[in-house]
Amino acid sequence: MARYDYQLIERLVPDGASVLDLGCGDGELLEELVRERHVRGSGVDIDKAAIEACIARGLSVFHGDLDEGLANYEDGSVDVVILAFSLQQLRRPRIVVREMARVGQLAIVSFPNFAHWQVRGQLFFSGRMPVSKELPYQWYDTPNIHLCTVKDFRELCRQEGLRIEHEHYLKSFDRPAPDLRQPNLTARIAIFAVTRLPAVTE
Amino acid sequence: MSDKGKQIGDVAATFEADTGSAGIVKTRHVTVARPPDVLTLECGRTLGPVSVAYETYGTLSEAADNAILVCHALSGDAHVAGFHAEKDQRAGWWDMLVGPGKALDTEKYFVICANVLGGCGGTTGPASVDPVSGEKYATSFPIVTIADMVNVQALLLDRLGIPRLLAAIGGSMGGMQVLQFAVAYPERLHLAIPIACAAYQPTQAVAFNEVGRQAIMADPDWNLGEYYGKGRRRPDKGLAVARMLGHITYLSDPAMREKFGDRPQEARDYTFTFSADFEVERYLRHQGVSFTGRFDANSYLYITKAIDYFDLARGRVSLAEALRGTRSRFLVMAFSSDWLHPPYQLKEIVTALRASHRHVTYYEVATHYGHDAFLLEREKMEGVIAAFLNSGIKSFGPLGSQER
Repeated sequence: MARYDYQLIERLVPDGASVLDLGCGDGELLEELVRERHVRGSGVDIDKAAIEACIARGLSVFHGDLDEGLANYEDGSVDVVILAFSLQQLRRPRIVVREMARVGQLAIVSFPNFAHWQVRGQLFFSGRMPVSKELPYQWYDTPNIHLCTVKDFRELCRQEGLRIEHEHYLKSFDRPAPDLRQPNLTARIAIFAVTRLPAVTE
Repeated sequence: MSDKGKQIGDVAATFEADTGSAGIVKTRHVTVARPPDVLTLECGRTLGPVSVAYETYGTLSEAADNAILVCHALSGDAHVAGFHAEKDQRAGWWDMLVGPGKALDTEKYFVICANVLGGCGGTTGPASVDPVSGEKYATSFPIVTIADMVNVQALLLDRLGIPRLLAAIGGSMGGMQVLQFAVAYPERLHLAIPIACAAYQPTQAVAFNEVGRQAIMADPDWNLGEYYGKGRRRPDKGLAVARMLGHITYLSDPAMREKFGDRPQEARDYTFTFSADFEVERYLRHQGVSFTGRFDANSYLYITKAIDYFDLARGRVSLAEALRGTRSRFLVMAFSSDWLHPPYQLKEIVTALRASHRHVTYYEVATHYGHDAFLLEREKMEGVIAAFLNSGIKSFGPLGSQER
């Protein structure tokens, strides 16, 4: 598989698990998980071409909004819920992450880290909205409306009562990375696997 | 289902160029449920023999693994594609999807469509002769259900030597049959494609059907259903009104605006009479009258009643439980402007299938055409359907190898 972030996600998915992939696109990751991890997978996407591509791959897919794709699932009814590089495009990312952790035994979220030093540098030195390989859009046509940083996401997990089980960082989609020190400064891509903490009882 | 009218014809003309027609086809008949092996209906009564009118397209493979059953809607019949004669002006009701090179590619698949039990397109119904009395059944015909219709289709498949279908597909009442088939014959269906339907007939749709039935029964010519005799007049007025009402529910506000303009009052001078001033009036009157030429009023009563009785979850804890025993892969298709079966009703099916861990894909077509879209939106439907059927060929294993 070409994309290294997909490989890292794949390693987090147990063999034979049930998987829900939010914003599955053309189904590349999901198909890989079916083949390599023998998962019982299904995807959600809003795009017609994506739905056709998923059907052609023999995948089960829901045509609609991500929030809608999560509703009606019972608590903990799916082993792994994945949101691969779509967090920043959601209208209500906090609620989706909360719902992912409710529905999934494990929730995996990957996103571009907006605090990478080059992003900071672009904004600082040029005074213009950063454009990079991971964030290739101009400010006016970007689908990325809710960008965050590694620190931001950790803080969200704390607020939502989510335990971070794994965190991985990459410098690019197609290259493995050594352990990154200070990932909020050095990582372009972050992958978090979180679980919901059991409710505190008296 | 609605009259194909000129819209379908227009669509047909545009794609004839790149894909072929199913050509000249013939409706055939087979008799099933011969006594003593009569059919026991859901209402408890028995029926037999039953004549089934059906058409087939393409060739059944040696392994009998390429068969697709098309289920028609309220006013449909077995004539799904192609023409009955050279001079025929009008192709079958789903010609846009069925034929060589089309989504249901008759060069690859063996496509079957049968007129439903209770219908008037050649299959046994209220206008058929009761072999016991020698008279036409009329309202002595038993009340039939979607489950009964599907049981007859299964008997037809037995006769055609098809143990298991690659797919069953249909819109509206046809979609209900697809769902019923998947529940009643889980081992016999690999791909289920219910379109623009629901797992139960919703209240608003029952309400429309009831007005249609009342229109027929209020026509003095209906005569408690006994109108088949010589010199008797048929309840054409009532049937036409029922059809007019039905037609409204198959369209939508945007579809009417597109078809008849935003302000009908602008179009012409008033006559200051009760004649049809507006195009929509003339259109509906024409649809109503032309319908009486090809449909039997009693069949309209029986079939709408069958639709209204439909509820997959009836007698079960939940819809999810009803669907748990299915073994098919599902493609559930909705149309954004359909107000007879809005998308939420199809999503209910999807939710229940997901709760039962079934393999299900949901696809929503963005369209202005309302319920009728399933007869019109060729381009928005064909890619998804073709891809789904194609993926099904790969996963169509031997009997017993289906989804868990």
